[in-house]
Amino acid sequence: MEFLVASAIGVLTAGGVYLILRLRTFPVILGISLLSYAVNVFLFATGRLAVDAPPVLQKYADVAYTDPLPQALVLTAIVISFGMTAVLVMFALGAYLEADHDQINIQDADEIESSDEKGQGA
Amino acid sequence: MNHWIIAPVVLPALLAPLLAFVMRHDIVLSRAASAVGTVCLAAIAIGLTMLEAGGGTQVYFLGNWTAPFGIVLVLDRLSAIMVLLTAVLALIVLWHSIATGWDKRGRHFHALFQFQLMGINGAFLTGDAFNLFVFFEVLLIASYGLMIHGGGRTRLRAGLQYVVMNLAGSTLFLFALGTLYATTGTLNIADLAVKVQAMPADDVALVRVAAVLMLIVFAIKAALFPVQFWLPGTYANAPAPVAALFAIMTKVGAYSIIRIYTIVFGPDVAATQGIVTDWLMPAAIITLALGAIGVLGAKRLMPLLAFSVVGSMGTLMLAVSAFTPYALSTALYYLLHSTFAGAALFLLADLVVSRRGNDALTAQPPIVQNGLFAALFFVGAIGMAGMPPLSGFLGKLMVMDGVRDQSWMALAWGAILIASLVTIVGFARAGSVLFWKSTAMEPAEASDTVTPATALQVGPAMCAMGMLVALSVFAGPTASYLESTAAQLFDSSGYIDAVLSPALEGLK
Repeated sequence: MEFLVASAIGVLTAGGVYLILRLRTFPVILGISLLSYAVNVFLFATGRLAVDAPPVLQKYADVAYTDPLPQALVLTAIVISFGMTAVLVMFALGAYLEADHDQINIQDADEIESSDEKGQGA
Repeated sequence: MNHWIIAPVVLPALLAPLLAFVMRHDIVLSRAASAVGTVCLAAIAIGLTMLEAGGGTQVYFLGNWTAPFGIVLVLDRLSAIMVLLTAVLALIVLWHSIATGWDKRGRHFHALFQFQLMGINGAFLTGDAFNLFVFFEVLLIASYGLMIHGGGRTRLRAGLQYVVMNLAGSTLFLFALGTLYATTGTLNIADLAVKVQAMPADDVALVRVAAVLMLIVFAIKAALFPVQFWLPGTYANAPAPVAALFAIMTKVGAYSIIRIYTIVFGPDVAATQGIVTDWLMPAAIITLALGAIGVLGAKRLMPLLAFSVVGSMGTLMLAVSAFTPYALSTALYYLLHSTFAGAALFLLADLVVSRRGNDALTAQPPIVQNGLFAALFFVGAIGMAGMPPLSGFLGKLMVMDGVRDQSWMALAWGAILIASLVTIVGFARAGSVLFWKSTAMEPAEASDTVTPATALQVGPAMCAMGMLVALSVFAGPTASYLESTAAQLFDSSGYIDAVLSPALEGLK
């Protein structure tokens, strides 16, 4: 099981890193999502992998239990990464609609143009 | 237990939803509420700083759960001064954005602003590493909204880069925290310090990995080489008041480095000895050089200011990387100075750019109040470049004195002095192109759209420069407060005792 989980985290991370290095926003968003899945599984594994052990202490009997804290951490991380991905999608959509393409790069010409726009808007 | 410690987090947290849901249609009401909230925050911050100047480290146990089981907020001299800095900067920036009408150009400016303050204050106060991550996310998500406030194509696309960079950073932070938890079994900063110190020498490999991962995460926030790429694009394209507020965001990264690498991975800890200075010092010098070269090469005013912020982070981290109490106190002085210097320049640039029409560094017909803006830019540039008589000069002098005993002293002095010279040349070129060469051209036809700046609009930039003057006039008292701050940081047992001793007493 350790091998399976470790290689899953590795493959997800590698895929995520490859995708966030792409030039278009859609693969980058997918890459960020893959990275956040990888980190969620990783956080879950920091409490050691245990099968059939509830994250609850039994005070009447000495039974196996698993560390509950990583599960709480993972829940927090999932909520945050979900929210952040939603924000990222909205950003990407806004940028795509404004610029008519989804390249990540910003050219110098764009910046000069925008500084003119900024001045006129002010 | 002093409940005022949590007030800097709770006050903006309660105000922001009210602003977003109740007052969103009434700009006057939301301006008033936001201003009153920020003034209260500044008053609380002053109170906390005075309280802290007299006493030792104070701990707030959330829900009265003792550490390391519950989350704690820790108020020591460093967090008190950082909260005060945030509150004062927030007041200045809020005043500017109300006076110039920036807050009306998009929706929910004030709500996002308060959420931003909540995240920053929380990051400064928390005593738990995972809680630090959560507050990082709070301040980041608010900053995403503020970054694209007012909209515009390039701003949205620069915002996208900023978000992607920071999301990748957050993922790295979680990996670091996971590694740390797996090896030590705790995330409370004081408890981490105890566990890392007691760690057997054979088990330190993973802790060292976590320490370096966290250093990279904080370096992203502090815009250190090689992860400084996001800063110039973000600051140059953000609305100017937001860029001025972001002057504190790089300091959050610097604060986290100072906090974690003195208390947990301090210079005496065998497990991680030496790795921080080895990486931080070269990175700081390259950052300093990049900032100076960027200032010299910038074609527009806003990127020029952004690069000057990068350069100031280089100087700051150079002093931090020495990791001696005196060098750290000089770094903190420079931190206070560079925050206000950056903010003053961004606020002034907003006044100039909105009248000039663009921020290209080319000779264009003079704008209204050319003389006033030129004088203010001169003062701001003196502050940022580090010329006497303002606090930038004192700050750089102290930083150089602070690293004097290090083996790499010649390198640091050379880097700081050469970078200062290059920065001065860059600012002189920008100032003369913007304000001096333009006087030789025919004034543009008077148009109704260009109005002179009122006293209320120039006020905030002047206030920020006034803080530089105050920092140099009161350099003695400030430096002695910061020296005791640094001494408190390096006495990590005081911090650990304050957080963990109540739990030990409970066991007895």
